[in-house]
Amino acid sequence: MTRLKGWRELEIGAVIPEAGNAVQYNTGSWRAFRPEWIVENCIQCLRCWIYCPDTAIKAKDGKRGEFDLDHCKGCGICATECPGKKGNKAILMVEEGK
Amino acid sequence: MGNKLAVTGNQAVAEAMRQINPDVCAAYPITPQTEIMQRFSSFVADGKVETELVTVESEHSAMSACIGASAAGGRVMTATSSQGLALMWEMLYIASGMRLPIVMPLVNRALSAPINIHGDHSDGMGARDSGWIQLYSENAQEAYDNLIQAVRIAEHEEVRLPATVCMDGFIISHSIESMEFLPDDAVRDFIGEFKPLHPLLDVDNPVTYGPLVLPNYYMEFKRAQHEAIGAAKEVTLEVAREFERISGRSYGLFEDYRLDDAELALVLLNSAAGTAKDVVDAYREKGLKVGLLKPRLFRPFPYDEVADALSAAKVIAVLDRADSFGGFGPMYMEIASAMMTKGLRPLMINKIYGLGGRDFMPEHAGAVIEELRETLDTGRVKVPKEYIGVRE
Repeated sequence: MTRLKGWRELEIGAVIPEAGNAVQYNTGSWRAFRPEWIVENCIQCLRCWIYCPDTAIKAKDGKRGEFDLDHCKGCGICATECPGKKGNKAILMVEEGK
Repeated sequence: MGNKLAVTGNQAVAEAMRQINPDVCAAYPITPQTEIMQRFSSFVADGKVETELVTVESEHSAMSACIGASAAGGRVMTATSSQGLALMWEMLYIASGMRLPIVMPLVNRALSAPINIHGDHSDGMGARDSGWIQLYSENAQEAYDNLIQAVRIAEHEEVRLPATVCMDGFIISHSIESMEFLPDDAVRDFIGEFKPLHPLLDVDNPVTYGPLVLPNYYMEFKRAQHEAIGAAKEVTLEVAREFERISGRSYGLFEDYRLDDAELALVLLNSAAGTAKDVVDAYREKGLKVGLLKPRLFRPFPYDEVADALSAAKVIAVLDRADSFGGFGPMYMEIASAMMTKGLRPLMINKIYGLGGRDFMPEHAGAVIEELRETLDTGRVKVPKEYIGVRE
C-alpha cells in the first residue's frame, strides 16, 4: 500500500503535471467480461486497436498483439467492431470467472 | 499623482479594467449585467486594450470561458451582477478549486423572485462559500482601488485564487461622484506581469486540469484551499501597503470608525456605512460612545482582528443587506462567531435593511443606535433579528 500524501504535498488545484500517468491506474479490475482473441479468425485489420478507448490492445510493426488486461475494462467495443473472418469473430467477450 | 474626475461606479471599474488590460475577458451582455462590460467592450473595439473579448451565450458560459482562458495561462477578468452571478454558481467553485486567479467586479444587486435588480448583497453573500476572495467597497473610489489590488491578491503565489470586488448596485454603480484615477503606467507597474502556473498553452509540458479526485484525496485538496484563502489576509495587507505608496490611500482588512472606546457598535458593509458614519458623528457630538466597523475583506473573514476592534463594545448591531431566510443575516453570523471564539459576549442584534434597493436613511441608522442604547440600559435584547423600514 502506497503512502497517501498530506494536504501540503499536493499539486495546486489538483493539476496533474505529468502527462500519460493514467497507465499507473489499473482499471482491469473493473472488468466483468474479458476479451478473448481467436487468432485464426483475425485478419489483422487493427480495427480493435483503433477503437479501444483504453489503448489496451498492443500493436507492434503493424500487427496486433495481446490484450493489456491490467487496463482493459471489458467494454466490448473491440468485439463489436471486429469484422472477423467470413463472419467468425476474432474477439469474443467471456464472462470473468467462467 | 492621479486624475480627479466625476464618474459612476461602473465607469470607475471599467477604467480600472482598461488599465489592468487583461488577456481575456468573457461576458454575457444582458440585464442584470451592467455598464461595466459595455464600456469595456468599447475599449476593446477602440483598440485601447489588447484583451480578447469573448461574447458568450450565458453567464455560466462566461465563467466557463474565463476558467479555460485562465488555465490556458492568461490574466482573465469578467464582470457580473445579481442573477448573472447566480447562474455562474456552479463554475465559481470550479474556478476556485482549480486555483485560477480570475478577477471579477460584482455589482451587488437583489435576486429574483420577485424580479428586482436594485442594490442588495444577496448575490455576493450567496457566493460566500464558493472559495472566492471577496472585497467590498463603499464607493466608486474604493471599488476602483480594490479592483486593482485584487489582481495582486488573487495572483499572489501563496494565494492563487479568484477574487471578486463588490460595490452597491445603482447607489454606487450608477451614481456619479468624484474620485481619483491613477496614471495608466502606475497601475501597470503595480500589477506587473502575469505569471501563469501550469499553463495549458505550454504544449511542451502538458498537464491535466480538473481530474476526478476520490474520497481518499478530496478533503486534502479542500484543506489546501482553506490555507490558500487564509493566506489572502496577510497578502491583502501587504498589497494595501504597497498601494498606499502609489495612491496615498490606505486600506486595511476593514475600516474601524470611532471604534476605540465604543461601547455601542454598528457593523455594516458598503455604501450604507457611509450614511451611518455621519450618524455616528452626530451621536458622538452628543457624547455617546458609538463607533462603526465596515468590513472590507469578507472572504477570508478576519475574525481575530474584527473581534479585537470590537472588543470594547457592550452592544453590537449588525446590519445585513441580505437575508438568510430562517436564519440570521450572513454578516451577523460572522460577527457573532468572531466574538464567541475570543470569549467576548456583547449583546447583539441583527437588522435586515435595504433589500431590493430600499433606501437606507440616516434616521434608520439613528433608530438602530437608539435601540442599542436601550439594549445597553436594560441589558436585554428585545428582538434578535428584525427588518428595518418594513410596513406592517
